Amino acid sequence: MQVPILKQGGVLIATIQAALSDADLLELRTALVQQVVRYRSSGVIVDVTAMDVMDSFASRTLLEISHMIRLRGAATVIVGIQPEVAFAMVQLGLTLEDIPTALDLEEGLEYLQQKARSIN
Amino acid sequence: MAADTQILITSDRDVVAARQQGRAVALRTGFSMSEATLIATAISELARNIVSYANQGSVTLRPVYGSNGAIGLTIVASDSGPGIADVTLALRDGYSSSGGLGLGLPGVRRLMDEFDIVSRAGSGTTVTVTKWLP
Repeated sequence: MQVPILKQGGVLIATIQAALSDADLLELRTALVQQVVRYRSSGVIVDVTAMDVMDSFASRTLLEISHMIRLRGAATVIVGIQPEVAFAMVQLGLTLEDIPTALDLEEGLEYLQQKARSIN
Repeated sequence: MAADTQILITSDRDVVAARQQGRAVALRTGFSMSEATLIATAISELARNIVSYANQGSVTLRPVYGSNGAIGLTIVASDSGPGIADVTLALRDGYSSSGGLGLGLPGVRRLMDEFDIVSRAGSGTTVTVTKWLP
């Protein structure tokens, strides 16, 4: 299950469309980091609305994605964590504290635009 | 009484299949979407442990009925892998022998109502967890 990555201006948008295996998540990590480099992107949005479960592996991989992209000087926002998924994540002990999150794609884009404005 | 569902776990694809079937069975058993997600998350952690540490094993979903009329779902994750040398350590938050977040087993214990683990070095691991309908 490949995750489509859309380029919109300086922002890459990865929309997860179904449950992902561990291998799929690692593939997404590689693809995102490569494309951030190729397109000199300033921001990345990962839309996890369709993710059924956010377990320790998925959380760790999202953290890694965000850290790698930050080292490139770009920002990552996770959007669309479903309420029941958030509930399970907190019970499990996963809070994704290091990564900005937003309600949906629109708010994620807004966050990245504000961040770009505050730098310029 | 509903029959057991057994899912063989041999790859990370099976981890996804197991948690999806677990969610479906949980919803059929009467759990809410939120509780079914807790159960699916626990299954995901347990099934991944099988792939990571034992290569293969199985996850069994079993609707259970308590003596007081309670209805629940038991999940048995079983493998014949190397076993866990120190179970107490493996249940400690933040401990990981694989470079993970160390939230797997202690996290599963928090997600479920009952938790039992039997593991012996060299003869595999069986984790049995149950969630009861509130």
